[in-house]
Amino acid sequence: MRIPLSWLRENAEVPAGATAEDVMAALVRVGLEEEDVIRPLDSLQGPIVVGQVLTREEEPQKNGKVINWCTVRVVPEGTEQTLTGEGIDPSGVQGIICGAHNFEVGDKVVVTLPGAVLPGDFRITPRKTYGHVSAGMLASARELGLGDDHDGILVFRDLGLDPEVGQEALPLLGVTDEAAEINVTPDRGYCFSIRGVAREYALATGTAFSDPAGRVTVAAPSEAAIGVELKDEAPIRGNVGCDRFVTREVTGLDPEATTPAWMAERLRLAGMRPISLAVDVSNYVMWELGQPLHFYDRDTLNGDIVVRRAAAGEKLTTLDGKERTLHAEDLLITDASGPIGLAGIMGGAATEVSASTRTVLIESAHFDAVSMGRTKRRHKLPSEASKRNERGVDWGVADKAAQRAVDLLVELGGCTDTGRGGDAGTRPAPVTVSLPHGAAAARVGVEYTREQELSSLTGVGCTVEEGADADLVTVPSWRPDMDIADDLIEEIARLVGYEQIPSTLPVAPPGRGLTGAQRSKRRVLDALAAAGLTEVLAYPFVSQAQNATFGAPVEGTEVPAVHLANPISAEFGWLRTSLLPGLLEIARRNASRGFRDTALFEGGLVFWPREQLGSATLPAGGARPSDAELQDLNAGIPDQPWHLAAVLSGRVSNGALGESARAWDWADALDAARLVSDTLGAELRVTQGTHQAFHPGRCARLETAEGALVGWAGELHPDYLAANDLPERTVAMEVDVRELLAAAPESIVAQQDLSSFPAATQDVALVVPAELSAAQVLEALREGAGELLEHAELFDDYRGQGIEPGSKSLAFALRFRATDRTLTADEASAAREAAVAVAAERFGAQARG
Amino acid sequence: MSESPSSPGVTPGVPHPTDSEAVDVVVAAALAAFEEAGDLEELKAARLAHLGEKAPLTLANRTIGSLDKAEKALAGKTLGAAKGRLSKALAARTEVLEAEHAARRLLEETVDVTAAPRRTTLGARHPLSRLTERVSDGFVGMGWEIAEGPEVESEWFNFDALNFDEDHPAREMQDTFFVDPPQAHLVLRTHTSPVQIRSMLDREVPIYVLCPGRTFRTDELDATHTPVFHQFEGLAVDKGLTMADLKGTLEHFARQMFGPEAKIRLRPSYFPFTEPSAELDIWHPGAKGGPRWIEWGGCGMVHPNVLRSGGIDPEVYSGFAFGMGVERTLMFRNDVPDMHDMIEGDVRFSQHFGMEI
Repeated sequence: MRIPLSWLRENAEVPAGATAEDVMAALVRVGLEEEDVIRPLDSLQGPIVVGQVLTREEEPQKNGKVINWCTVRVVPEGTEQTLTGEGIDPSGVQGIICGAHNFEVGDKVVVTLPGAVLPGDFRITPRKTYGHVSAGMLASARELGLGDDHDGILVFRDLGLDPEVGQEALPLLGVTDEAAEINVTPDRGYCFSIRGVAREYALATGTAFSDPAGRVTVAAPSEAAIGVELKDEAPIRGNVGCDRFVTREVTGLDPEATTPAWMAERLRLAGMRPISLAVDVSNYVMWELGQPLHFYDRDTLNGDIVVRRAAAGEKLTTLDGKERTLHAEDLLITDASGPIGLAGIMGGAATEVSASTRTVLIESAHFDAVSMGRTKRRHKLPSEASKRNERGVDWGVADKAAQRAVDLLVELGGCTDTGRGGDAGTRPAPVTVSLPHGAAAARVGVEYTREQELSSLTGVGCTVEEGADADLVTVPSWRPDMDIADDLIEEIARLVGYEQIPSTLPVAPPGRGLTGAQRSKRRVLDALAAAGLTEVLAYPFVSQAQNATFGAPVEGTEVPAVHLANPISAEFGWLRTSLLPGLLEIARRNASRGFRDTALFEGGLVFWPREQLGSATLPAGGARPSDAELQDLNAGIPDQPWHLAAVLSGRVSNGALGESARAWDWADALDAARLVSDTLGAELRVTQGTHQAFHPGRCARLETAEGALVGWAGELHPDYLAANDLPERTVAMEVDVRELLAAAPESIVAQQDLSSFPAATQDVALVVPAELSAAQVLEALREGAGELLEHAELFDDYRGQGIEPGSKSLAFALRFRATDRTLTADEASAAREAAVAVAAERFGAQARG
Repeated sequence: MSESPSSPGVTPGVPHPTDSEAVDVVVAAALAAFEEAGDLEELKAARLAHLGEKAPLTLANRTIGSLDKAEKALAGKTLGAAKGRLSKALAARTEVLEAEHAARRLLEETVDVTAAPRRTTLGARHPLSRLTERVSDGFVGMGWEIAEGPEVESEWFNFDALNFDEDHPAREMQDTFFVDPPQAHLVLRTHTSPVQIRSMLDREVPIYVLCPGRTFRTDELDATHTPVFHQFEGLAVDKGLTMADLKGTLEHFARQMFGPEAKIRLRPSYFPFTEPSAELDIWHPGAKGGPRWIEWGGCGMVHPNVLRSGGIDPEVYSGFAFGMGVERTLMFRNDVPDMHDMIEGDVRFSQHFGMEI
């Protein structure tokens, strides 16, 4: 909301030297946040004066244009030019070329002399053009930054002015004012008016407020201007769409009447384009009093006005020329011809005021905010009128706004008040709120005096009836946001000042610290970073194709995913079922920036829709839902497990003095997954797997000890890498941390016996089928060796000479130890034999050499 | 019998075992040879020459048997003393040379430590994650607990329970991502406030929780906006909580994050879920370009309807709540001028911060 300072001054005591910044500093204290300063003078410099056209010669050009070569007097006749500088003619008469034709010899116009600077850093200098030296410019409104009007130059006769030649032109055009732009929060609709902001300014500065509505004297109409019927048969949430409809009629609108410069300038500063006197008056009154008005061409109306809900499918062509199909909830202004306006939002094309309008019917109505908001959203018609109507306009100001419009049209448009009008509707019961004594102090922590409480409440417009234990507060008609004691407490707190609130530190009851899961998540993130990986945070938006590739191991499986109704990009309109697409995109971006050796990880949620998607109906707010309702709400929320994933590409190390370079490989991806499970204290089982996104021979399927799938690790499929512009041999892993945490024992870890007896180590080499996995052989050895086996690991995989094709020799180092004695070589050998026996029985493994 | 002592291979003639002067000459030659030995190899040669099988003293010793009894005693004493001196000298020289040898070996093993390869490199945590953890730690230190909730959330938790009814103009302010179809009433949560409601429903009063997490609004990505961002919100519900308690809590937290000079300021504002509501500014003593006030977040006393949604009686309890953006905090705390850097995942961004911010 922009507040021209001259307008504010009419209604509040703004000090003479105050700037827009000063005004905003005062308003921010009461909750109106500062946004911007609009000061047209900042972009206009140098000599801009009133000139009188002495001669004007039309000179047709070869390009078909006709230009005017003019001489223009820029100092009063008989006086000398006091300005000096390049291009300033000492005679006081300038030669100027002008392309516009809307002026005559003798007209007084705006001359920007050499040395002037216009908006956009446009510097006026004498220049040779069309065979003359043009020393200055005859300016249009647009060239001065005063609006979009570029139909011709500014001519003072058109503005109803006859100033002295040589005078400063800008003050005549109203260009001395500036505006403060403030942000109005949705609860304070009344601050979308000079009236409301002036009240707040007065409260903020402790000065007097002069209510512009109070200065309007409403003339009682002698007879109805038109029949009005308020006929809402389908109120929304119990409120009728229109509870006040004021009409007034003026006639004799002068088609030649123009908007005066002071009004045009205020509207421009406020951010509105001056259009025509009637439209400008309507906007002016809205800005001043916060009441949107609608003007009809009285002669286009047929019969009585009926305010009613639309019939479904009914149509209306609004004044923007669009035909709109109406909804049964839309509130309409109709006459005998049918709909003539979307109430409070936009008028109809057929009845709007035009150049030929002589008699104007003024509508100043009070509409239900909810109905207005719905219609605005439904038809996507945000406007200055709808902005105010959907927040709630002061019921009490409608007649005054109508009168103000009548007065302005009479004063500026040559109109006569016909004395006809009407005021249909009933005033709603005023809202009263009980405010217990001491309630504000108890909520805010400041011991307010009675005087502070009462002056704050009456300052915002409340009337207060003091009681023994509580005050009965009647809320003003312009504050529909206030309906509970807490609202009144806020008014007291903000007007006395938030800076009065002291600081006290409440002591929370002893807490439990982070939960086990929270600690575990931090540990895995830190562990991966300590292992050399870099954490990134990708957007969770993915394409359907990405979910199809990463959301299921088997190609062609349908992957259920959450789809957004209004995504930023239609292609990436789904929520991720895997973290890998986001990580891979970031890897690709880093590669494109020259970082092809990257190790990235991310921890975050993935999204799996459940059988029930959402809830068809919602409980009302402001009360605890029933258990059944809560169960329904939660049942419809997609499952959102916390995953951890890593992508490794390029090299681990580049090689250095005495070191060779090494590339990340599939085993590193698996290692990262094991680092996660080890950190969490969960057992991770690795089996040979196949997943469409991974290399068919280099993919590990990761399971809990119970065999539940928790993730994948390995080298990504070379076709996928090539198609997505990713470095060759990029490897990746992803695990479901929630599942792993569920599999990790939560009990307190007990110390294990650390035997100090010596260990006996034995190696064993087994010839097994080549396709058999090492993990299976190891598991068999562990089972067979029994309790004496302390550790076993694979140290060689040999194929080739001496081993039959289709077989391989796996060598394992076994370490045995007893807790109560030194093992003999025979005991260790017996345990080894037992281990081999199980492998032999299970896989036909043969001990070698 | 004057051989060069520096030639350990050349030995003086065999002395008569009772001729102490001749023995002294032999001993002197041996001592000189030991002293002259420059390394352990040379010392070994000297030892063989002067104490070995063919050394003069050894040979002299062999002649003792042929001496008479009186001479035997004298010869044994003379030769024993000589051998004792030599053994002692040999041991001393050996120790010196061994020490020299060890020192030389260590010197030869000298490396250029500045040329060391980096075998393990540290990765990095994302500054947004790390900052969130720091904030959480600050509140855990005050006895608060950390609460989390789903990112795809029911509209009831995101709006209705927070006193945004379906026609509330503020519901539009939120620029919400809706799940398809909209009739499912699911959204990507626009703030972490739904976790406040879940906390009230799940916990017993008094409640002191911090809710950090990822949030979503339909903003286009630019230098100061991102559709996916992070917030942390605090909620306290207890008997008799006031706005002064809110202010004190925020002040304490601000000092943890920005040092003892930090202070806060509240300005009147509006949020549907708090009444009274305030904007929170922080006086940032270390701000780039000098200390100044910076808009940090919103806060206020929990609206009675919100307490009711959480099953809490506003006649008995009151609460306060506050919320800040993690991205915004990182921007002014760590001088990050452009949001793009936080979300694009350029490894240089996180690596610059490392494990701590």
